[in-house]
Amino acid sequence: MLIWLSESEFATLQSVCDRMVPKSDATPGAVQSGAPEYIDTLLGAFSFDPPRIWAGGPSSGRAGGVAAFKNFHSLTAMDELAWRTRIEGSQGIPEREFNGPVIGLQQAYRDGLAALGSDFDALTPEEQSERLHATPDFAEMVFTHVCEGMYGAPEYGGNRETRAWAAIGFAGDVQPRGWTDQEVSAP
Amino acid sequence: MSVDAVIIGSGPGGSTAADVLTQAGWNVVIIEKGRNHLLDPKDLSKPASDFSNDEVKFMDRYFLGPDPFLEPRTFRVSVEEGDRSHVGEVNSIPSTVGGGGTHADGKTPRFREVDFAMLSEFGPQPDAQMADWPLSYDDLEPWYAHVENAIGVAGTEGANPFAAPRSGPFPMPSGAPMYASTISSAAAEKLGFHPYAAPTAANSVPYGGRPACNNCGFCAFLGCPIHAKGDPVALLTRTMATGRAELWSETYVSRIRTQGRQATGVDYIGPDGVERSMDAKHVIVAGGAFETPRLLLLSGIGNELVGRNLMCHYQSIIVGMMPFDVHGDRGRAVTHVHDDAMIPDKRSIQAAKDAGLPWIRGGLVEHSGGGMPAREAKIYPWGANHGELMKNSPMRRHLFAFIMQGEDLPYATNTVDLDPHIKDVRGFPVARITYRPGRHELVASQHYGPQLEEILLEMGATWTTKTSSPGTSYNGPHATPVPESRHIIGTARMGVDPATSVVDEWGRVHGLDNVIVADSSVFPTSAGYGPTLTLVALSARAAGHLAGVTPASLS
Repeated sequence: MLIWLSESEFATLQSVCDRMVPKSDATPGAVQSGAPEYIDTLLGAFSFDPPRIWAGGPSSGRAGGVAAFKNFHSLTAMDELAWRTRIEGSQGIPEREFNGPVIGLQQAYRDGLAALGSDFDALTPEEQSERLHATPDFAEMVFTHVCEGMYGAPEYGGNRETRAWAAIGFAGDVQPRGWTDQEVSAP
Repeated sequence: MSVDAVIIGSGPGGSTAADVLTQAGWNVVIIEKGRNHLLDPKDLSKPASDFSNDEVKFMDRYFLGPDPFLEPRTFRVSVEEGDRSHVGEVNSIPSTVGGGGTHADGKTPRFREVDFAMLSEFGPQPDAQMADWPLSYDDLEPWYAHVENAIGVAGTEGANPFAAPRSGPFPMPSGAPMYASTISSAAAEKLGFHPYAAPTAANSVPYGGRPACNNCGFCAFLGCPIHAKGDPVALLTRTMATGRAELWSETYVSRIRTQGRQATGVDYIGPDGVERSMDAKHVIVAGGAFETPRLLLLSGIGNELVGRNLMCHYQSIIVGMMPFDVHGDRGRAVTHVHDDAMIPDKRSIQAAKDAGLPWIRGGLVEHSGGGMPAREAKIYPWGANHGELMKNSPMRRHLFAFIMQGEDLPYATNTVDLDPHIKDVRGFPVARITYRPGRHELVASQHYGPQLEEILLEMGATWTTKTSSPGTSYNGPHATPVPESRHIIGTARMGVDPATSVVDEWGRVHGLDNVIVADSSVFPTSAGYGPTLTLVALSARAAGHLAGVTPASLS
């Protein structure tokens, strides 16, 4: 279920993600790894209580211990001010504009996806890449989030079934098991 | 209310002062502008469980602060750039309970004798404000020993042939060496260098009621989920256990109030946004080399040298592609270092002569490899090959680096002052950093870089490259002039003469009887070692002097 993006926006985002990190024989692509869902979760972080900003600690349960990543931290008023401004933009609210107006991620995604054109999904890969290269700031923002969505902890909405970690041989979070001295010094 | 001391900042410097003073029977309030993720809110004498192996939380979402939206900093290379050339993150050392100690990987080397007497031993440099410290290594050694035991430093006695003498052993042995560091150390030794196990404030055995490090690999820049890293959680928990300390987090000190030669207390803004005042017999400032001068300037305290002589560490980053997996995701981030670049030899003397400089010094060289996957993913260009690149992982699994923390010299033109226009969320002017490395730093980087490249080739590197931070020495990905080093030093230098220094040898601000600076702001010179253990030892010494206690009387 989508959290913040519309169906059509999400479809375009999927195409963008697929263009940035497509599936290969050896590795899942951004779409298979859940990067679009990570981005949608970030944009809609304040749809949750607590907001999906900081996963809990000290462990996820994947390497033993308690499954605490799913218990997101509550935000203080200051934290909320920062993250609402970052995500929603300043929207003319004085307390968010102490150093000037801020365009939020939601607006940046909405405008950026729209600027790619309603026909983006139907373009050839080369044409899609060309359009993305024509909007470098937007492409860089999406790619940054794609990387986080693929290789961050799955509790943030991406890295579906930790497929991306598995594909690159990364163990992920390992607390409280950790590594033995032997595994560190003579793997 | 009035207390014996208000301590501004809960990082390594402030925590150490709190520990010493509460042991001496003082009542203190520790004020921290960041949030508390370090101590259990239900019992502040115990650690919390907020930290985790979570790259997104720590590396992308400012969990340890400062959030650059709430607390931006500004930067310019020089005054010729105008008011500023950058707004946002500048050396974002954490703003949270525990301060920079929470994110550091815990390397805690001592300085050597010569580092306290650079003007006498090495001599002046063009444009640099070289100075001797007003104290010697021997003066500080008992406090080094005290704080090593208090925070728990793992090390190997005699491993570093250049180390200054010690009055006692490390409290625990070194931890497990990282795989690639065993290879880099062997290669370095073969070429005549002297690598050794880095003294590290991460438990190699259970110590101080905290467990041994379990080598999780999420070390540098992240909080330790099991609190094997001792600085400053070890000090803060036992401080709070005395019952003589209060910790006020999310509280911002806006001004130190003074009357004549006395500070009378501070004005502060609590989490509710209300401004209040409190009285204190002493004010201890431990905000770090950016926030300390900022507060002094906001308060109108100190002389015209406040904020001057900012030093970072000029980082030379020499990397090589290894034909083997470096397994950098296991262990303490850096387990081996060498000091050779700080020891003059024929080659460095000739290099200085060729450059027309009286001398050059490099800095501690860290043997380092590995990293976290989202960092790696962002480096590769997007496109069809991205997945394959991540699978083969040339950066994370095969790149090995030597990072030299080159000694910055003190220049009066490298400064922290108040930005004339940019404010923080509470409406106060933010710190503006004006910084450009000097010729000495660039010459030293160019001299030592090729030597480190030779070690990489000896290790079997198939290719090597060099970069630096700030990006002025070598072309490369670190093209930004904003230094990435979290080692920030200077800006309230100590000295005997009020005409050439801001504080005296006890950290006391000249002209005021009861305002003490207890962080790396007070360093007259930067050495080439990470500043943490030395600032902690200085803080303990200053607090001990204040309360009339010695290391022998403290636990």
